[in-house]
Amino acid sequence: MNAVSQRTNLDEARGAGLRRFDPKRLMALVYKESLQALRDPSTLLIAFVLPVVLLLLFAYAVSLDAKNVRVGVVMESPGASAQALAAAFSGTRYFDASFAHDRREVADKLVSGELRGYVVIPQDFERRLAQRGTEPLVQIITDGSYPNTANYVENYARGVVQSWRAGLDVAAPAQAVVLEPRYWFNPELESRRALIPGAIAIVMTIIGTMLTALVVAREWERGTMEAVLSTPASVAEILIGKLLPYFVLGMLATLGAAALAVSVFDVPLRGSLAALLLLSAVFMVPALGQGLLISSLSRNQFLAAQIALFTGFLPAFMLSGFLFEIDAMPALIRAITALVPARYFVESLKTVFLAGDIWPVFARNLLAMAAIGGLFFVLAKRATRKNLE
Amino acid sequence: MQVSPVVATAPKSADAGTAAVVIEGVDKHFGSVQALRTLSARIHYGRLTGLVGPDGAGKTTLMRILTGLLVPNTGRVTLAGYDVVRDNDAIHVASGYMPQRFGLYEDLSVMENMRLYAQLRGMDSDRNADLFAELLDFTRLGPFTMRLAGKLSGGMKQKLGLACALMARPKVLLLDEPGVGVDPVSRQDLWRMVQALTDDGMAVVWSTAYLDEAERCESVLLLNQGQLLFDGPPQELTAQLEGRSFRLEDVGAGRRSVLTEALDLPSVSDGVIQGAGVRVVLRDGADVAQIQALADRTQVHLAAVPARFEDAFIDLLGGGPGGTSALAERLPPVELDSEVAVSCRKLTKRFGDFTATDSVSFEVQKGEIFGLLGPNGAGKSTTFKMLCGLLKPTAGEAHVVGHDLRRATGAAKSRLGYMAQKFSLYGLLSVRQNLEFSAGVYGLEGGVRRERIEEMITTFDLGDWLSATPDSLPLGHKQRLALACSLMHRPPVLFLDEPTSGVDPITRREFWTHINGLARKGVTVMVTTHFMDEAEYCDRVAMLSRARLIALDTPDALKRSAVSPERPDPTMEDAFIHLVESADREMEAAA
Repeated sequence: MNAVSQRTNLDEARGAGLRRFDPKRLMALVYKESLQALRDPSTLLIAFVLPVVLLLLFAYAVSLDAKNVRVGVVMESPGASAQALAAAFSGTRYFDASFAHDRREVADKLVSGELRGYVVIPQDFERRLAQRGTEPLVQIITDGSYPNTANYVENYARGVVQSWRAGLDVAAPAQAVVLEPRYWFNPELESRRALIPGAIAIVMTIIGTMLTALVVAREWERGTMEAVLSTPASVAEILIGKLLPYFVLGMLATLGAAALAVSVFDVPLRGSLAALLLLSAVFMVPALGQGLLISSLSRNQFLAAQIALFTGFLPAFMLSGFLFEIDAMPALIRAITALVPARYFVESLKTVFLAGDIWPVFARNLLAMAAIGGLFFVLAKRATRKNLE
Repeated sequence: MQVSPVVATAPKSADAGTAAVVIEGVDKHFGSVQALRTLSARIHYGRLTGLVGPDGAGKTTLMRILTGLLVPNTGRVTLAGYDVVRDNDAIHVASGYMPQRFGLYEDLSVMENMRLYAQLRGMDSDRNADLFAELLDFTRLGPFTMRLAGKLSGGMKQKLGLACALMARPKVLLLDEPGVGVDPVSRQDLWRMVQALTDDGMAVVWSTAYLDEAERCESVLLLNQGQLLFDGPPQELTAQLEGRSFRLEDVGAGRRSVLTEALDLPSVSDGVIQGAGVRVVLRDGADVAQIQALADRTQVHLAAVPARFEDAFIDLLGGGPGGTSALAERLPPVELDSEVAVSCRKLTKRFGDFTATDSVSFEVQKGEIFGLLGPNGAGKSTTFKMLCGLLKPTAGEAHVVGHDLRRATGAAKSRLGYMAQKFSLYGLLSVRQNLEFSAGVYGLEGGVRRERIEEMITTFDLGDWLSATPDSLPLGHKQRLALACSLMHRPPVLFLDEPTSGVDPITRREFWTHINGLARKGVTVMVTTHFMDEAEYCDRVAMLSRARLIALDTPDALKRSAVSPERPDPTMEDAFIHLVESADREMEAAA
């Protein structure tokens, strides 16, 4: 190598070195990060195996629908009408009814949790039914320690009694108004259909926030950040170089999860794939931004994981409307959910899967996600300096 | 090795004579901790400058300021003419920096790491294929380009770090403790590489806590507690000590008591054991009469020896500690049934198909100081851990004071004291709680327990620190505390795993004073170390290389084995390199 070429090389190096943003350097960092992500089995596990596990879990294990609830039916009255009512209980698919003649038999089972409730058809049932002016009484006992199930038992039991009553005699006053409910978007009220789109939001939060926070903290912990900071690479290049691969990973995971949801779990995709991808891409902005912000505050993997868990994962789980409906929350908690980006994503996902491309809904949510994401990025940029101070 | 001048840096003529780095009145503090105090110095092109000082002297802080990774509180620094704060971007082009911790990606291969750094420094790896070839040749990493960086040995990692720092030909190369965790053979390679670079006009800064490394630099900046103590060629400082260094030759078995006596003399400022001899440094202006009298009394020859950089360093810091160990004074002499305290026969440990320790056998006498030495990955830690019952041997047997480690691990453990690397004290407990915990863990109760704890507190002078946390202690006190905890149950055998790594020379001397005292009371001491001069304290040294025991003898005999025409008086390090290399040759010949 002669002196002249050395000189040009030095000048070249300096020229590139002094450029604030150099696409070649960025590509080098992206390539490096991709290699690392591909070689780390835990990354692939989180991106591709975890979504499958979560979807399976929400599809089969977690169900908010009460079906085949175990109840007892106590027939203290031996009459024919009582028999017919009892038969109505065993006929519905909502109940798995067992029969008894003494309430003491079932009371113990309720205490031990074998039954979630029981219905008592009292001895004077037939008499009151026959007598004009009096209504027969049926008692419903439910397990208040499972409030949700208790509600179901009560309502379903009420329904069973009413429909039995309606078909019983012409003498009874016909009901003035008959309610005919229809459940839109999810006619069979299958909670799986509402849960699986939400699960995708959880997966994206884990990849976007948790994984990003961990990989940046890992660079600090292992001392590799110090070496990279001492090169001409700028903060923007280093950070974008970190985020791009995880953005791609998040999108791939979304596609995979969506394909699984539609093909295996029978969730309809009524909107367009393009809308789904756009929504996911925009959601990655606050998710990655949050991960970045966490990692700039904590340079320790353990702490970063804890913060990501409490500020990213748990809110996405509990405050996004994924499991618990936001409208049912107290006003203060409702106000807090406005800051949870997953909330907008869950709503959008439910819409795009179950309703279709409803752009007014999307626009509102996209805007909110972009705004929160922008805020995270501004904060993260402020907290990151190109030195070790 | 063929050293090629790969990294021709800035044109020599333009920069010759001007300083590569100018440091003016730099102060740096972290909270209330003052890391650097009004430091001013210059570093020149074409020269290897050593940044020398014990741990916590401020070396890394200064390095990070030079690379623009930390901002000084006051004062200014320029590197290659650029201000490190204002022209931060230019600094990163003009300097190559190798952090103290391996800063490369362990899950990327050698080549991938090199490509990444080439691109980050704005170089095209395709067009610079010949530079890559040269760097690989220079670092001798050519055969390992596909290997993951995490699978490299300590020495090869440092060479890779050097190759990456050399990308794009920096004018100033900053190496933060490149010699740590590197065995002497690889260290030799690093020196040769750096030599070639400075010959080419590059300014190289090499920070180190090893004083023998400092001696090899052309110029040194000597730091202690953030203050610059000396700036100039190391010989200049050493010359001030001329005529004050002596050696009591061939003292033999009595050398420990001779050292104690010598150190307690008012005219002696510093002393260490060197093989069978005792090396002493007299105080400034002191008379040779006292030490001569000691030599006459013990009937040994007193010879004047050339001063070392370490002598000068200790002298600058006010001399070493006294020779009597208050701890050892209190200990009752150790009584053992057998003269053999520790023994192992055909000790072997395999991890999968990797053999970490291969059929190692030796016996250690009661009261002996026995050293285990070896390059990184030679298997000394594994051997050590099997001997103190922390690892189960795959084959072979080991005994500690008569207890078979395969069967009576618990009984053996109660008869040995163990001081782990980096002291392993409980940071969230106070000093007293640490002492109480170790007393409790060794089953001391009631009166004995109170008595022992009080004894340790008075012996090690920990009274003022009882409610402090170990981390807030000065290093010397921290080491005393760790030693106190491992000696709480008065074990007849003491295991020390790299006890003085990262400890300044004064603290190290104080530590060895205690160890010498313990050995004189009959405590058997097993020690691993990578400080070659510390191996001199040992009665016998076992050298391990590639899982096998390649030599076992007294330090003097090991040194004698390396004598050659061009090396009439080899150091422990020379002996080490010689033995490892000839063992490697034998293995290759056998293969």
